[in-house]
Amino acid sequence: MFILIVGAGRVGSAVARRALEAGHTVSVLDSDPLSHERLDKDQSTTWEDAGGRFTVSTALEIDGLIAAGIENADVFMAATSGDNTNLVISQIAQRRFDVPKIVVRVADPARAAWYAEQGLITICPTQKAIDMAEQVVLAD
Amino acid sequence: MYVIIVGAGKVGWNLSRELIARDQEVTLIESDHRRYRIVEEELEHAVQYGDATEMWVLERAGIQRADLVIAVTGDDEDNILICQVAKEKYGVERIVARVNNPRNLDHFKTLGVQPAVSATDLILRLIEHEVPEYGLVQLLALEEEHLEIIELEVGEGSQAAGSRVQDVTLPEGSLIISVLRDGTGFVPKADSVINAGDQVLLILDPGLEGEITPRFAQDESQISARK
Repeated sequence: MFILIVGAGRVGSAVARRALEAGHTVSVLDSDPLSHERLDKDQSTTWEDAGGRFTVSTALEIDGLIAAGIENADVFMAATSGDNTNLVISQIAQRRFDVPKIVVRVADPARAAWYAEQGLITICPTQKAIDMAEQVVLAD
Repeated sequence: MYVIIVGAGKVGWNLSRELIARDQEVTLIESDHRRYRIVEEELEHAVQYGDATEMWVLERAGIQRADLVIAVTGDDEDNILICQVAKEKYGVERIVARVNNPRNLDHFKTLGVQPAVSATDLILRLIEHEVPEYGLVQLLALEEEHLEIIELEVGEGSQAAGSRVQDVTLPEGSLIISVLRDGTGFVPKADSVINAGDQVLLILDPGLEGEITPRFAQDESQISARK
């Protein structure tokens, strides 16, 4: 599979490395060139030597998304630190590039729920934290 | 009419003021607390503090009964999502979004957020209007209605120059609606004659420009022959 991940933060870079280890083609896009370090950290080879791709571009730039391979992506993951950026680019991937599978990180539980109804696969870390905290706090 | 405006910058604040002066009911939403304090001194209860990309903030402002939502923050992603949620989740009939970076205009269209207004784009069109060598100027594009109005200069030796309006062969779906001559405009009749140097306004289905412009284009061979 060809997996495109936008946002090389803690989540994006960790998922990217696991996907590469699992034998997939992985392309990562981030506006900050220094974010590349997270992909190399604690690895014996660099990200590129291991077969990964990396593109420096702002997430909303169509040319950048195309350079990162969005037209051939089987999976698109929006994992920048901004909910609004993630929701806009994932819908661009959905409507303009017809990417078959779209995963989007949304910190706001209300919007994560609503956009999930609109056909996006949303992951809400806040909701996960609430659920876990509730279990732990209310446990006997 | 109940109007919700998001973003109390210069555009949002002045828009609120104007609408309130016209006796419209307005709620302005601002996410920066300092800015909110400043605007609140003048607009009082008409301004609320909060991040309008969050649904509960829109609900607190009464989005369920809003007739119009205008998103004019300095952030294009915010403007897109506020309008999208207003339209698709809350069924608001009319939305207006501000485009800060004209390169993002396509994103507004892709996500169904129309009309999207870009100041940069408007100023560019005005510049084109003042610089005639561009030939064709798009004056107005009604995306949803599939109509646009363009302005063309009538070139010397073109088919249109010296012809009556009814004799200019135009494709189905286009119409000459006005002629500008010596600084004034008039609405032509079928037998009005078009002169070289006139500017004509046409209304048309988008995509017909390619068939229309040759009728008004200067005939190069005739010009060079005269020289």
